[in-house]
Amino acid sequence: MRREGLAIMAVTAVAPVAPVAPTTDQPFGPAVALSCRECGARSPLAPDFACTECFGPLEVAYELPVGDPEALRARIEAGPTNIWRYAPLLPVPVDVAEHPGLNPGWTKLVKADNLARELGVTGGLYVKDDSGNPTHSFKDRVVAIAVEAARTFGFTTLSCSSTGNLAGAVGAAAARTGLRSCVFIPHDLEQGKVVMAAVYGGELIGIEGNYDDVNRFCSELIGDPAGEGWGFVNVNLRPYYGEGSKTLAYEICEQLGWRLPDQIVIPIASGSQLTKIDKGLKELIALGLVEDKPYKIFGAQAEGCSPVSTAFKAGHDVVRPQKPNTIAKSLAIGNPADGPYVLDICRRTGGAVEDVDDEQVVDAIKLLARTEGIFAETAGGVTVGVLRKLIKNGLLDPAAETVILNTGDGLKTLDAVEPTTGLSATIRPTLDSFREAGLA
Amino acid sequence: MSVSVRIPTILRTYTGGASEVKAEGATLSALIADLEANHAGIGDRILDDTGKLRRFVNVYVNDDDVRFADGLGTATPDGAVVSIIPAVAGGC
Repeated sequence: MRREGLAIMAVTAVAPVAPVAPTTDQPFGPAVALSCRECGARSPLAPDFACTECFGPLEVAYELPVGDPEALRARIEAGPTNIWRYAPLLPVPVDVAEHPGLNPGWTKLVKADNLARELGVTGGLYVKDDSGNPTHSFKDRVVAIAVEAARTFGFTTLSCSSTGNLAGAVGAAAARTGLRSCVFIPHDLEQGKVVMAAVYGGELIGIEGNYDDVNRFCSELIGDPAGEGWGFVNVNLRPYYGEGSKTLAYEICEQLGWRLPDQIVIPIASGSQLTKIDKGLKELIALGLVEDKPYKIFGAQAEGCSPVSTAFKAGHDVVRPQKPNTIAKSLAIGNPADGPYVLDICRRTGGAVEDVDDEQVVDAIKLLARTEGIFAETAGGVTVGVLRKLIKNGLLDPAAETVILNTGDGLKTLDAVEPTTGLSATIRPTLDSFREAGLA
Repeated sequence: MSVSVRIPTILRTYTGGASEVKAEGATLSALIADLEANHAGIGDRILDDTGKLRRFVNVYVNDDDVRFADGLGTATPDGAVVSIIPAVAGGC
């Protein structure tokens, strides 16, 4: 018997918590509809994620506050030092900052001069370090938006399929906001991620399979009476949830002094984050908050799960699913939902998609740590490794200003670096021993 | 050759609200044709204008993604369970 059956029985026995009622008559702020990315069909704002016409992904469409960029910039700059400073551009109510929540975002944009020297980048290199979020990954951003949608739709249980980071973000957000959580992960995740997801007290269910199996299970659960009343942040709340990644684009540009960088390197799991960063950059241009100039977007994958990179290199516009086999488990989505859009964006902007093997991932984690004091999880290692490879291949211009994303904390994936990292020496507590070890 | 087909929420308007229906066909292609014969309009939602699976549809025969098997030519043996699932879920 598979574990999920037992899990469902267990969670339905728990009494639901009453949802918090919406606090305004515009709970989605400037959002006006859901729009299909494939066929453009529009539908009302609802907990839907796939187009009834063509199965295409639904995304949030807005009527954004155009016309006075200076006033909007001033309003943003006067806002809280978290993602809610961008509430006028997100599907959230105007008073969102007053709701209980983890208030993620406004993480550091680190000028990585040491890493730049090491890699020969002369145009300026920055690391957007999202390990500084409340649960130490960028997932807090997307979950924060999903929580607001869950609240509005009256869901009482917050759920997701997760490769680990999202499970922790959902568990923590549910704890803070008083929702129940029940999240599903592959049973063999890194122990650090399991602990960091379980500690918040919600149900954490291991599924015997890989992430794509977990995802399929959640997609089926949502159409079943057993999933009634559940807000799956990355399934039926996905259009709202994904918008949280736009805040990475907003923050990068604001922290650069309201400028677009020339190049951005972004890790790819489902590809949603990359597409939403592009959406965020385009919005900033359309609103007149940044100068309209070209930028290039690059995608980073691990070789052991590189369906988008493989398609990019082959010139395909569809992504053939793969069976993942990599230490970068937070990126191990073999059937990436937004893969085709990643291909479109990287080609449109003049970027590329590249991949690195697991050994290069570990080496890149250690490179970032020893040059900048940033301990990235394996996804960050993928990004740094791909940056190095793109420079070597001549696909990324080292003389252009470049931003790379570190999306999670290395403490979550200690297993990856443990075999090649440890004590330099073990000595007796004497000066002689210290000298004998060659440490003087 | 009877196969159980799990219908996603967005296609249940074609099945009278049923979340699971029976269909017949030795291959996925034949099965979808049978679905269309009994639930007019459902085939166009699953297949694109060229007759291929839409790129945001995942179809599983038992536990196997047909894109790892023979696509529309994948065998659908008697007693199999076919799941049609929107592909846009998951990740970030």
